Amino acid sequence: MSTGTFTPAPGGAPLVRQVLAQASMEARLMARNGEQLLLAVVIPVLVLIGGVEGAKHVSITGISQRPVDEFAPGVLALAVMSTAFTSLAIATGFERRYGVIKRLGASPLPRAGLLLGKVGALLIVEACQIVVLGLVGLALGWHPHAGHPGAVLGVVLGILVGTSAFASLGLLMAGALRAEATLAAANLVYLLLMAGGAVVLPQSAYGAFGHVTGYLPSGALGNTMRAAFLHGNLAGGSLLVLVAWTAVGTVATVRTFQWE
Amino acid sequence: MPNSPAVEVAGLVMRYGDKTAVDGLDLRVERNTITAVLGPNGAGKTTTLETCEGYRRPHEGTVRVLGLDPVKDRKDLLPRIGVMLQGSGAWSGVKAMEMLQHIARLHANPLDISMLAERLGLRDCGRTPYRRLSGGQQQRLGLAMAVVGRPEVVFVDEPTAGMDPQARRTTWELLSELRDDGVTVVLTTHYMDEAEKLADHIHIVDHGRMVASGTPIELTRGGTATIRLVVTKPFPEGAPASLQAALGPAIEVKPINDTSLLITGPADHTTLATVAAWCEEQGVLPESLNLGQRNLEDVFLELTGRGLAHTAGDTR
Repeated sequence: MSTGTFTPAPGGAPLVRQVLAQASMEARLMARNGEQLLLAVVIPVLVLIGGVEGAKHVSITGISQRPVDEFAPGVLALAVMSTAFTSLAIATGFERRYGVIKRLGASPLPRAGLLLGKVGALLIVEACQIVVLGLVGLALGWHPHAGHPGAVLGVVLGILVGTSAFASLGLLMAGALRAEATLAAANLVYLLLMAGGAVVLPQSAYGAFGHVTGYLPSGALGNTMRAAFLHGNLAGGSLLVLVAWTAVGTVATVRTFQWE
Repeated sequence: MPNSPAVEVAGLVMRYGDKTAVDGLDLRVERNTITAVLGPNGAGKTTTLETCEGYRRPHEGTVRVLGLDPVKDRKDLLPRIGVMLQGSGAWSGVKAMEMLQHIARLHANPLDISMLAERLGLRDCGRTPYRRLSGGQQQRLGLAMAVVGRPEVVFVDEPTAGMDPQARRTTWELLSELRDDGVTVVLTTHYMDEAEKLADHIHIVDHGRMVASGTPIELTRGGTATIRLVVTKPFPEGAPASLQAALGPAIEVKPINDTSLLITGPADHTTLATVAAWCEEQGVLPESLNLGQRNLEDVFLELTGRGLAHTAGDTR
């Protein structure tokens, strides 16, 4: 057969290339979306500056260290939560609505590849958030306890396991609710956890309710980041809590997720 | 399996709750053809296509595409087929060319996307976000996404719905060229002219069943000529029967609606004179009297008892 313009030459790209393409596409789309940018960067920066400035005028109970050293790790945890949970849930909810997941379902990209691409996009966005928030924190006088190997391990593990936990819960929500309901619920959960979930403020600031917050994914991630950055410790218990949430979220998502 | 047909559907049954959308459908698509699945809304066209694409598992019967099971062999099959869905299938904020580039990147040997965009008239809207594209532009982008991976078989669902005449012609040209270059094209449509002008084979589907199959010529070949009579005001009661009586049993009179009739049989002087005399006797004025071979519309009408003319967008 003679070869024409459209002569078949089918085949999928190597999986790694497909995953990288998917990750960079999703990261670009997140960065382009105003509301998601607000959630990912603007709110955490405002919380950090507001918290540090506010602590100069009002004493905040439950804080034993310099406010910026307490707030900066907490705000990094908040940033992970905003991206891995809220942004992912909303984006995935609308992908279902607009038939993007269905369309990609007919492409060579396998479902595992789609999932890996989403994780990749989250890590790209989180890296950008960490750079911005880290610089703002340093400008405010933050002294991270980052030289210690326990600190590095704690931060890396905290971000990876925290991302897994929040992403599995975000996908659970996006796969079960309609897009508009996901939009509302993901923002609501984010606000509730930001205010009462021991992300930015340590458990000790919540009084009697404090020990409960340690079992929330928000509190567990906040604790992990504070232990690493404040004391150079690995918060094993909190990491286990995050692993447990990941397991619950993943099993529930696999059982309930509707692709269309 | 190089000799297996492009698509082979046998005894397919698909149900939604207690409604049967596809009811024992058999369908065979030879490679290197353009095959149209023609039918009204709700005939089960999209459901059948989505079963071939591996989105749905057959409730009964078997489906093979390129000799593979679309559900079980999904991983092997997907890179070899191209799919154009009805409706969207892109992020709302993605730019047109960015979306096409993305789908291209998922394939091993994609087509040159700027050539494809040029061919489909997508150059001017390449940087437009998907949500601001017109319906026709979204359709053309959908077609581009279906073919960019250089598939062996493309499934296109209502490819020209919502397109202007110019875009329809461009689409038809592209689909013909795909076939000439060795691609098998399977399309659903409810446009008679699309099936008649474009397809090598037509399968007419109604209520989830195959009612006729063949080439456009085979389907429209009836031997006898037809006369299509349209009058200015509704026929009086019992008019078709009286015309039938006047023409005799060798000629068939079939009412289409209040103001039109289809007369099948030898269109000679006697027939025409009888029809003219009958019109005068009934007090109706012919608005048009068309002689000709029957077209696909007539075939469809005979097979299903209704026309396709006023069908809008398909939902399933």
